[in-house]
Amino acid sequence: MIRLTVNGKEQELDVDPQTPLLWVLREQLRLTGTKFGCGMAQCGACTVHVNGTAQRSCVMPLAAVQDQQVTTIEGLAPSDDELHPLQQAWIDEQVPQCGYCQSGQLMSAASLLASNANPSDEEIDAAMQGNICRCGMYGRIKKAIKNVAGVGYFDPARGEV
Amino acid sequence: MGKWTRRAFITTGVVAGGGLAIGVALRPGHRTPELAPLVSSDDETLVNVWVKLDSKNVATVIVPHSEMGQGAQTALAQMLAEEMDADWDLVQFEEAPPVPEYANYLLGYGIIGEVPKVLVPTFDGLMIKVAQSMAMQITGGSLSIRSTGQYGMRIAGAAAREMLVEAAAQTWQVPAAEIQTEASQLIHAASNRRAPYAEFAAVAAQMQPPSSPSLKSADEFRIIGHHVQRRDIPSKVDGSAQFAMDVHVPGMVYATVQRAPVFGGGVDKLDASAAKQVKGVIDVVTLPGSNKEDPFSGRQNIGETVAVVAEGYWPAKQGLNALAVEWNHYGRDSMGSDEIFAQFDRDITAGVERENDRLQGDVSMALENAAQVVEAEYRVPYLAHACMEPMNATAHVQNGQCELWIGCQNPLGFRDAVAEALGMEPGNVKVHNHFMGGGFGRKANPDYAIQAALLAQKVQRPVQLIWSREEDIRQDYYRPAVRSRFRAAIDANGEVASWENTYVDKHEPAEAPLIPYAVGSQDIGYVASPTNIPFGAWRSVDHTQHGFFTESFIDELAAAKEVDPYEFRANLLRDKPRHLAVLNKAAKEAGWEQPLAPGRGRGIALQESFGTLVAEVVEVTVTDGDVKVDRVVAAVDPGLAISPDGLKAQIESGIIYGLSAAMFGEVTIENGAVAQSNFHDYQILRMQDSPVIETHVINSGGPVGGAGEPGTPAIAPALANAVFDATGSRVRQLPLKNYDLKFRIEESDEVA
Repeated sequence: MIRLTVNGKEQELDVDPQTPLLWVLREQLRLTGTKFGCGMAQCGACTVHVNGTAQRSCVMPLAAVQDQQVTTIEGLAPSDDELHPLQQAWIDEQVPQCGYCQSGQLMSAASLLASNANPSDEEIDAAMQGNICRCGMYGRIKKAIKNVAGVGYFDPARGEV
Repeated sequence: MGKWTRRAFITTGVVAGGGLAIGVALRPGHRTPELAPLVSSDDETLVNVWVKLDSKNVATVIVPHSEMGQGAQTALAQMLAEEMDADWDLVQFEEAPPVPEYANYLLGYGIIGEVPKVLVPTFDGLMIKVAQSMAMQITGGSLSIRSTGQYGMRIAGAAAREMLVEAAAQTWQVPAAEIQTEASQLIHAASNRRAPYAEFAAVAAQMQPPSSPSLKSADEFRIIGHHVQRRDIPSKVDGSAQFAMDVHVPGMVYATVQRAPVFGGGVDKLDASAAKQVKGVIDVVTLPGSNKEDPFSGRQNIGETVAVVAEGYWPAKQGLNALAVEWNHYGRDSMGSDEIFAQFDRDITAGVERENDRLQGDVSMALENAAQVVEAEYRVPYLAHACMEPMNATAHVQNGQCELWIGCQNPLGFRDAVAEALGMEPGNVKVHNHFMGGGFGRKANPDYAIQAALLAQKVQRPVQLIWSREEDIRQDYYRPAVRSRFRAAIDANGEVASWENTYVDKHEPAEAPLIPYAVGSQDIGYVASPTNIPFGAWRSVDHTQHGFFTESFIDELAAAKEVDPYEFRANLLRDKPRHLAVLNKAAKEAGWEQPLAPGRGRGIALQESFGTLVAEVVEVTVTDGDVKVDRVVAAVDPGLAISPDGLKAQIESGIIYGLSAAMFGEVTIENGAVAQSNFHDYQILRMQDSPVIETHVINSGGPVGGAGEPGTPAIAPALANAVFDATGSRVRQLPLKNYDLKFRIEESDEVA
């Protein structure tokens, strides 16, 4: 039995402890907002928070999160009728296209802003470099992060997104 | 009964259960029984095939295209809502069920005159030959807006509005001409009457449909061409959006697969004993291969597959890893990318059975009289689609029926392909289509759905099949590797007198290799050079390679003449006002005239595709062998932008997709199999490599063009041309990562 807390709720799981957290979230806990993309921590689609920090759940054995606090995209919003500011910014900037990578993008961005409220462009690039978006919405993602970070919009002279 | 309008066929009928319905279709026939399931409750009235109204005055638009991120469902709903004068806040949409009544094959065939073969990739070739009138419901070819939208949605909306007006006129006993519509309301000002559409839906449904509903002119639009938020986005920020892999069917088990790594290979020996020891493994299954010919893709030789079914994906994957398989390569394991390109070289040189795309003037004469002859040869590698969502499908086969949960670009084609594989009538396969986590052409091929269905049939439980990323990269239907050879004559007056081009591997669209430039003599053609590598439509299909080839070569001609590449193009487009307008706009907005610092460069390219013209200017900085793309300026003429922000998003997306391929994208063949396997060796553009993109839209009033693909073709040549501007090195082979530009500057153009 492995115990952990997911989105504030305690869970006790009888699963092979080597199973990556991703599959436990999706199959046992039916939290399907966390996505499978590559299985080797290359794309970021499976990003969740472990104790508030972004981690790739596809390579994290369940045993490694024993007694830890896991947050998934379903637990990012502060309450059922309130969005996380990044989620609202994602809507405002019309960020998602296919949407498949966006749970991971949001979890990486939330982890960044939690530790660095005013990241520079370079810090955003560094924090987000592990998250691939095949629809290529990097410009909109960056703009949405900056809107929430309160460092203003892109310089219009450099181009609107 | 029914009536032909100018562009559509409108039918009326009674829906089972007592509701009244009017159907708008684009071919004659009785489809009333199929309308019944759409009216799911007593308070809904089907006004026509594309829209139903409920008692709360909510109009639900039924969209016959799938959503893979391109936003077409929102844009199509906008088009219907516009003509219907609907309140946008009271408009919903849902994807049409995969039944032939929603097929758009005849829509394209009857209205446009010819269905581009690009739309046929997975449609069973045999069936196409047998029944030309066979239906399709496929999302591709950037066709949703310009075909379904223009000829279906707008007419349906206008017809619905006119019928509602007529219904109100009869009830209120006033002339229809005095009734106005606004925001889903009927208004008769003289008698101060006002009522929601819903009040007259049932009456309207009994009426004879209008024979030619009148459409609005562009200056009357208040929804088309205005910004609306995409309706699918809120569900995509909180994890609730349902992709096929998110489905849970009671009793479901999981499976993962490996197909013969050499295309067309088979299983020689299989030892499953270790796999069956893995806790949670239920069964090990071998699935058959196939070897089929179809008119779009040619012969597709698909190998046998081993599959492991288990209680979860993880045990299934552990089981697959534990399988000991000996593959039979049938002698196809000696081919590599080098041999393939050498074969292309030989076949182009031999020119056997060369076919022409365009033959005009006298190219030989022009070459004889040339003051200067310019030659160049280009090549591009195989590319995988690498959708973020790996291939997956969930199937349940029982009692002679199959239910399929899938995300795909061609639900009707998938239904038919799965039915054929299971030996069922198509009507016994029920398809639930979902959001796709990217499609880009890949999810028009039903191979993964067939695998899931066969596994579900075998184990007699619902099966969710999930491919590993490795399988996704190694078992794609690839953008082909292509070689293309050019020769041009420049005459004594400095004019480009001839353009000669031969390439391998022609697919669609047919016009992709044609140039818009005023060159008198042209000989553009191709030779067949078949390989064993499966072909698939990849975002913008043949335009991706030909855009790179032709727009690189025109740049080389400008360089040979020592003329500015923008001015050079503009001069050759003097009789093409729409082309010239996008070229000028991109150059102007990019500040083409402004000098750049040493090590920086600017390149321009132009490609019309899917009815939309796009010019792009790329700015790069080259330092120590690294190329950084700083900025892309795009000018786009789609005729009319239905959803301006949606169009911009598609252009941005197309640019990044094409840029990712141009900089990093390369699938190589080694020993008959794909050498790459995951994102560490099939590299994708990431945020730090992503340029600022500025998109400028020109609503020229021309025919409405596509949006999903046209952003892609111009980016690779614009990038290569910018690198040339910065370094003097001509990039003739993609991807750019293979060049060490620090060492390249003074050298020839061969790849290190």
